[in-house]
Amino acid sequence: MTDKEILQSYLLRLADSDMILGQRLCELCGKAPALEEEMALMNVALDLVGQARNWYEYVAELEGKGRDADQLAFLRDAHDYRNLLITEQPNGDYAVTMARQFFYDVWHYFTLKGLVNSSDERVAGIAAKALKEVTYHLRRSSEWVKRLGDGTEESHRRMQDGIDLLWRFTGELIQADDVDQQIAAAGIGPDTAQLTNDWRGLVKEVLQEATLTPQPDDAWMYLGGKRGEHTEHLGFILAEMQFLQRAYPDAKVW
Amino acid sequence: MQKYGEPDPRSAVDSLIASDRVPANAHPELLTEDDIWNLLNEVKDPEVPAVSVVELGIVRAVRWDGKTVSVDVTPTYSGCPATELIEELIAEALRAAGIRDPQINQVLTPAWTTDWITPEGKEKLRVFGIAPPQGSSSKLSLLGQSEVIACPHCGSDHTEQVSEFGSTACKALYRCKDCLEPFDYFKCI
Repeated sequence: MTDKEILQSYLLRLADSDMILGQRLCELCGKAPALEEEMALMNVALDLVGQARNWYEYVAELEGKGRDADQLAFLRDAHDYRNLLITEQPNGDYAVTMARQFFYDVWHYFTLKGLVNSSDERVAGIAAKALKEVTYHLRRSSEWVKRLGDGTEESHRRMQDGIDLLWRFTGELIQADDVDQQIAAAGIGPDTAQLTNDWRGLVKEVLQEATLTPQPDDAWMYLGGKRGEHTEHLGFILAEMQFLQRAYPDAKVW
Repeated sequence: MQKYGEPDPRSAVDSLIASDRVPANAHPELLTEDDIWNLLNEVKDPEVPAVSVVELGIVRAVRWDGKTVSVDVTPTYSGCPATELIEELIAEALRAAGIRDPQINQVLTPAWTTDWITPEGKEKLRVFGIAPPQGSSSKLSLLGQSEVIACPHCGSDHTEQVSEFGSTACKALYRCKDCLEPFDYFKCI
């Protein structure tokens, strides 16, 4: 791959992960456990979709095929999507939703913190904006993990179940592949070892405060999202998300 | 005091409709750059119509040579749904002043911060019932305690956070324990 292709590939992971998690959260619109939670979930989703658009627009410019952000989001199939597997996992109960958000937010926060100092100015600019938003996301999801973990017997049990259920998808967040390493070497993305340490450190700190138990660092992990190998859930998300665009291309008449 | 849901006669959306009826300025070349800024100061934020886009600090630059104008606008949040509408409202206000083909540029860098809301803007937010951002964005802590927010209605510091996120991405939801009113807090970012 050329340097440009590596950058596109890396940026698509950021864009697709934001997009798919944003879409997942939107499924809770009208179904959240409380009004305040509904507003918070939709605000987080909105931030993620907005960030996805910023990344997609840059990818579209880099590839120079005349595609735009909408086409990248709505006209690619599951095997072309490069989102992290954790983002496509179902909402489950609220503990699962918050476990997924927390794991992702910690990764997102430290990734963006690295990207803010990117040698690529455009990347640094998009990341600086996103980092302010994601700081709020992380504050909120870590508060929920603590509240549920250190709450009642039932909330503790459910939160621990959520952590255990999704742990197998977290390896992908911090296990660097060739693309991650080349992006780090080029000074575009975060140092991969640092990202791993930061993620593990903060996750353990919050889980400890929440009286929850992390799984071992060498637990078995699902990988593949970054290569386009997904769990069975992604196709269903795309079917719903892309239906309108596919049935009524460009949706010009309303 | 204006409340949510009641149309402000000078809201941005109304001025957009009204501007269609305003005859174009026959001599836009007489406008100064200050006039352009004053014009933009009449364009209200569609989601928070208490403040103008200038007071909100999202108009970053104006370039005017007496013939063509170019305005730099920065979104408050990556996913702010009002971004396109705001750009259109600014262009419309400029067209209404007789300026042809105003160019509106969206800039992401440097990222918008609540530090750019003008003192007048902050006061207008408070009068409107939204607690303005307190302190500097640089003090935003990741996992620390949230700051004390004064109630915009009675001024009491005896308030509590209901939700980290409010009716729009830029706000959080609070409640005053003294006057018992709920209120929005414009988050510090």
